[in-house]
Amino acid sequence: MISSLETATPMTPFEERPHESGHRTAAAPRVATPKLTVRGLSAWYGKNRALHDVNLTVAPRSVMAAIGPSGCGKSTFLRCLNRMHELIPGARAEGTLLLDGKDLLGRDVDPVTLRRRVGMVFQRPNPFPTMSVRDNVAAGLRLNRVGGDHDEIVERTLRQAALWDEVKDRLGASALSLSGGQQQRLCIARALAVEPEVLLMDEPASALDPIATAKIEDLIHELKERYTIVIVTHNMQQAGRVSDHTAFFYMGDLVEVGPTEKIFTNPSEKRTEDYVTGKFG
Amino acid sequence: MRPSTDIASARAGPTPGRFAHIGDRAWGWGLTILGGTILVVAGLILLELGRVAAPAFDHIRIFRFLTSSDWDPVQEKFGALPFIYGTLVTSIVAILVALPVSVGLALFLSEMGPRRLRPPVAYAIEVLAAIPSVIFGLWGLFVMVPWLREFLQPALQRTLGFLPFFRGPMIGLGYLAAGLILALMILPTIASVTIEVLKTVPPALKEGALALGATRWEAIRIAVLPYARPGILGATLLGLGRALGETMAVTMVIGNSPEISASLFAPGYSLPAVIANEFAEATGDVHIGALASLGLVLFGITLVLNAVAQVLIMTVARGPRGAKA
Amino acid sequence: MNPLRWRRFVNVFWTVASGTGVLVALIPLASLLWLVVSHGAKGLSASFFVSLPTPVGEPGGGVGNAIVGTFFMVGLASLMALPVGVGAGVYLAEKGDGPAGRAIRFTAEVLAGVPSIVIGIVAYGLIVTQMRRFSALAGGVALALIMVPSLARSTEEFIRLVPTALREASLALGVPGWKTSLRVIIPTALGGIVTAVLLAVARAAGETAPLLFTALNNQYWNLDPTQPTASLTVQIYNYAISPYEDWHSKAWTAALVLLLLVGLLNLMARLLSRNRMAGAR
Repeated sequence: MISSLETATPMTPFEERPHESGHRTAAAPRVATPKLTVRGLSAWYGKNRALHDVNLTVAPRSVMAAIGPSGCGKSTFLRCLNRMHELIPGARAEGTLLLDGKDLLGRDVDPVTLRRRVGMVFQRPNPFPTMSVRDNVAAGLRLNRVGGDHDEIVERTLRQAALWDEVKDRLGASALSLSGGQQQRLCIARALAVEPEVLLMDEPASALDPIATAKIEDLIHELKERYTIVIVTHNMQQAGRVSDHTAFFYMGDLVEVGPTEKIFTNPSEKRTEDYVTGKFG
Repeated sequence: MRPSTDIASARAGPTPGRFAHIGDRAWGWGLTILGGTILVVAGLILLELGRVAAPAFDHIRIFRFLTSSDWDPVQEKFGALPFIYGTLVTSIVAILVALPVSVGLALFLSEMGPRRLRPPVAYAIEVLAAIPSVIFGLWGLFVMVPWLREFLQPALQRTLGFLPFFRGPMIGLGYLAAGLILALMILPTIASVTIEVLKTVPPALKEGALALGATRWEAIRIAVLPYARPGILGATLLGLGRALGETMAVTMVIGNSPEISASLFAPGYSLPAVIANEFAEATGDVHIGALASLGLVLFGITLVLNAVAQVLIMTVARGPRGAKA
Repeated sequence: MNPLRWRRFVNVFWTVASGTGVLVALIPLASLLWLVVSHGAKGLSASFFVSLPTPVGEPGGGVGNAIVGTFFMVGLASLMALPVGVGAGVYLAEKGDGPAGRAIRFTAEVLAGVPSIVIGIVAYGLIVTQMRRFSALAGGVALALIMVPSLARSTEEFIRLVPTALREASLALGVPGWKTSLRVIIPTALGGIVTAVLLAVARAAGETAPLLFTALNNQYWNLDPTQPTASLTVQIYNYAISPYEDWHSKAWTAALVLLLLVGLLNLMARLLSRNRMAGAR
């Protein structure tokens, strides 16, 4: 990993630096208080318990990867973070989930407003097919009655999603005229347009070819500057490439969580070691 | 899902050739004949209609037929305008009432209604679909018409009486009664097709909207309904086709008066109603021919409507156009 | 009102609106069913089922001949429609994947939407003009023409529901294709086909318009296919539009009988499909 310390410019925690495609090491968090705190989170589908007592914290402007074999609960975990889990009939979640200290699972928290602060990108790109590229990005703005110049916001977020140059001449074209990888970046732009603080990504590149995947991974590095990201992936190498911290789930339990480098080279738990070395999965 | 081509050809029997089994050949031919009977039936319907209508062709000029209001079989004058007008007006009223109710019903049953209530409501709609039209007519005549006369029509005249639609004597029978009973009868048609269409909308679209912070209704509005729109249009056309051809309930409440009026309270007539009332005692082949010509008009319109509706519904099922891999 | 409260209000509004739609549909239905039962039950007696209609003012009387007539004509129609309808359905399921099949399926779908009164005119032309009289046969032909398209489509659906694994298993045993279809596939689909038949019969029993000028009506018993015949539906119609009060009540009672008949057929169809589902496990 290229350390940003190798550039000549001295860095301060709050200075905006021109960004090359460098990565930030996990050892340089900017602020100490965690963005997300999860305590005792359990989730059920009807009678089946999918998550047991999960405890972890996510540092602001970092990437946390959730890994584990199929059915281990990592996607369920992700969906609890923006309360999409409870939309499934018969599903429920209990525990404490703090965003900047405020409990998201509390009765007085409206899931609708929550989802503006915690955005989500899905496994398969799901742009609204009847809308143009521009309208897709602006969809969240229109819904949430955000004022201001939508066109300017659309351009800004498309640039953030590294898609602007490819679509700037066809903002009015149907969203479906884009390739799969472009559609996924469009969905990312759409999620970013409402300016969330946390971005949840559920296996965002699993439906894409390797080149598109690489672009998404580069994008995550860039987005990390401004957003806190939690990404679920079944691809361990991807987790190693993009994340600062990794959480390993197995059969509904959070087995181990820690800096990515440690999880992959020197994990504390045997199960973690078995998984990352490919002994099962 | 279509089965693989291997099985498809096995269905038809092994390819004819040296090893073709005689039983398979006979089976194949027998089935083809049976399938062809559908086409024969269709042709038969068309030909017979034409044949019964033919005696009137010499006496009818198409333009006069479609635009004149003078229907006098004894004098061999056949102006079909009142019937066409009545059919159109009642069907439009029926669609205007049935469409929002049906979509609301469909949304209730697939998205917005409490899950426990859905099965009984779905069952009730099936019951509604199974009731014979003459019983709708019976109820319409003895229950709905008095209700219109005593309650709804006066209310409409009080509030909207400045519009020409709601003026005039309120006898209960008339375009409004026919339109409302038609709406009731086509509700199950539009609702059930709409539900099927809503089922084909990929759930990922709704999730995407919800993840942006949309309320349940907003997610439906921006993600589900636009996708389903062609299919809902198709469902509406199917309902319209049914409304156009409905006979008994309409003839029992429309008043059977071959007059044209702007007011919905006025009695009127419709194409199927006049056929039903006059055919059995028609005076001569020309009169019958004229009535059969009305049937031809009806046949043509419903044919086109149903064909377009089928195409629209299949469009939604196939998925959005222009999707790239 | 702040935008969020407004959006929540709109959400509730449309939920209530869709519920109102349900009420608008269900209240008339409830009224209709209730009134048919309550008005109709008054005149219901054993003799109603077996007596002939009496002239106005005379007590007693019934719709016995109409019930027999309905059964008779629906029976005639079924004899004609079943082989053709079910046969065409089998064709569509077995050989219907090519252009010919598509054309036939499309035709069947479109035919199903032809108004029944137009079918009546066709039957008039086919039978009444040739025989120079109204007859039960003409009525039966009209009903048969109505039953065929929907029978064909329903049969096709039920046969397609049979898993291909079953066909493969039979073919793998060396059973020829035609025998597989006839002795394995169709018997498996039989429950569904019978359901489709019951529903088509129920629909035919409720038809009125095409009978008005094919079978006409008859005040007496009749089992001669060459003579006009009474039917429940036409009788209800005649009673309802008459100016006589006691015939109006007879209309309600006859309507109750018809509703019971149609309801019974639908119930049988439903029970049959439920048993099939349970038995398939």
